[in-house]
Amino acid sequence: MADNSDNDRRTGQRAMIGAGLAVAAAGAAFIFGRKLQSGDEDHDVISDAPPHVLRGHAKAAVQEDGEEVVGRTVTIGRPRQEIYRAWRDFTRFPSFMDNVEQVEDLGQGRSRWMIKGPAGKDVELFTTIVEDKPGERIAWESEQESDIDTAGVLELTDAPGDHGTYVRLLMSYDPPGGAIGRGIAKLLQREPSLQARRDLRRFKQLMETGEVTTNASPSARKSESPTEARI
Amino acid sequence: MRAVTWHGRHDMRVDTVPDPEIVNPRDAIIRITSTAICGSDLHLYDGYIPGMRAGDVVGHEPMGEVVEIGPKSTLKKGQKVVIPFTISCGDCFFCKKQQFSACDNANPAETFEASDLLMGKPMGAAFGYAHLTGGYAGGQAEYLRVPYSDVGPIVVPDGVDDDKVLFLSDILPTGWMAAENAEIEPGDTIAVWGAGPVGLFAIQSAFILGAARVIAIDHYPNRLQLAKQFGAEILDYREVDVRAALDEMTGGIGPDAVIDCVGMESHGLAIDNIVDTVKAHTFLGTERPHALRQAILACRKGGRVSIPGVYGGFADKFPLGQVMEKGLTIKTGQTHVQKYTRPLLEMIIEGKIDTTFLVSHHASIEDAPKMYKHWHDDQNVFTKIVLKPGLEKGQVETLKEFAREPA
Repeated sequence: MADNSDNDRRTGQRAMIGAGLAVAAAGAAFIFGRKLQSGDEDHDVISDAPPHVLRGHAKAAVQEDGEEVVGRTVTIGRPRQEIYRAWRDFTRFPSFMDNVEQVEDLGQGRSRWMIKGPAGKDVELFTTIVEDKPGERIAWESEQESDIDTAGVLELTDAPGDHGTYVRLLMSYDPPGGAIGRGIAKLLQREPSLQARRDLRRFKQLMETGEVTTNASPSARKSESPTEARI
Repeated sequence: MRAVTWHGRHDMRVDTVPDPEIVNPRDAIIRITSTAICGSDLHLYDGYIPGMRAGDVVGHEPMGEVVEIGPKSTLKKGQKVVIPFTISCGDCFFCKKQQFSACDNANPAETFEASDLLMGKPMGAAFGYAHLTGGYAGGQAEYLRVPYSDVGPIVVPDGVDDDKVLFLSDILPTGWMAAENAEIEPGDTIAVWGAGPVGLFAIQSAFILGAARVIAIDHYPNRLQLAKQFGAEILDYREVDVRAALDEMTGGIGPDAVIDCVGMESHGLAIDNIVDTVKAHTFLGTERPHALRQAILACRKGGRVSIPGVYGGFADKFPLGQVMEKGLTIKTGQTHVQKYTRPLLEMIIEGKIDTTFLVSHHASIEDAPKMYKHWHDDQNVFTKIVLKPGLEKGQVETLKEFAREPA
């Protein structure tokens, strides 16, 4: 058995080698990442992927303006028409959109939304449906008098085999307060891409199970209620 | 109600918390009559599971009586039910394929992202086991809210002793699925690493599924004795070189399938940006999936590797070349409990599986903190502890006191 000091020295050396490898790997990853981001500027985009998952220049090449675009796709095990009908009724949004408090149907595809904004400030939004293809696509845009400038589209396509329907939600928005506003919204978990992910998840739960899943249950934390969801 | 709560490493308490309520139409509320402490509860106890919060109600092996039902529950008040540890919706793509532990809907929108980030896809949900798997209150309590109660709970006939059916909640289906994943053919020799509760059920299951021989590997003599009782040959790895012994015992071929019921403490959990740190640690040899590596090397060419043992992250020095060159098949996963409860209940009632041999102690839920300590420190004596809200504080029954006829 080696004496202790010898052991310590060897352990130290191994730790140094480990740390050196870690730094080298991180450096390589950084440089490689930069290279991927810069890309070939004259190159046409050849990937069969939606614009919101493209990187750097490829993304800039297909994006029309500087607006933030968020997108997310989920698979829902229901037919396209059924999903279309459920989404087409905007007044149901509050049942699965966490920060949408109320949606009022103003007729002719127009709606008035009340949304919980960052820092508890309510946001009023008026939208018009600008494209409506039953079973395929619903697109809406905010009107002039809205507090935020936004547009969204829900696209439905058949998934292969018995997988159901691919449901893709794309939203563009001009974040109130610009980049700082977006940062604050992110901190308060009201950031649109996060919200879109969670809202789609809840929509899927509702369509597949008939209810929005909740972990509401007892805990020894005084601030919580057994009937309210917790993070 | 009274409930066992986690407050930190080696800090379990019994707290008075609000009663659960029906929240969704498919919910039911169960009055708990028996609720076991699981080996994986020790990971919580030791503070190895990320995503626990002080005040969480723990426990995922419960059973009891239906006392309240939502309008869409298919249960009836007064029914006696065992609750699978996995929460599954029954409607999603995965549940329809009977991959219940991969349920896509039971992990709520508020909690699914953490495991999505760690595992690449969101995990399913479980009772009383951290916020990675949904953050649901557990079943070591007087009452439990059961979501999707039309899918999970299995109704058991009146008059059947709790101890006989309780393990349908987790460890019996887990042992069974481990054996099923070994894809046993008649005449096969199966080697099982770890003769704990899951390993012992895997041994029984392997014989039922047609194994000619089962060889159990462990270092606790009493556990190996239990394995022997069920017909296994046993190896104490402190006495033998396991691979040499397995080679000799199988004529140089090796076991046809190997089952890893050991797993490792889940501190291998890693996000991309800390992978290198974890690797640096493994260079120093602090963590190794030793049993799994040994099992892979011991397995015969073209054999099967079944892994019910829990792993959490990026294991280092995984013998992938050996898996490839020998043409092994690996099957693993959290147990799809709901797939197995019905056939296993029938086997219990027909007396084909002995489920009560493990239980060493009954105790009051009020004594849970003390029982966790015993479960952690005295594994030779405390082979399985069942908490019963019906018992008075300080009232502990041992195996001798509730001795029953041998199976």
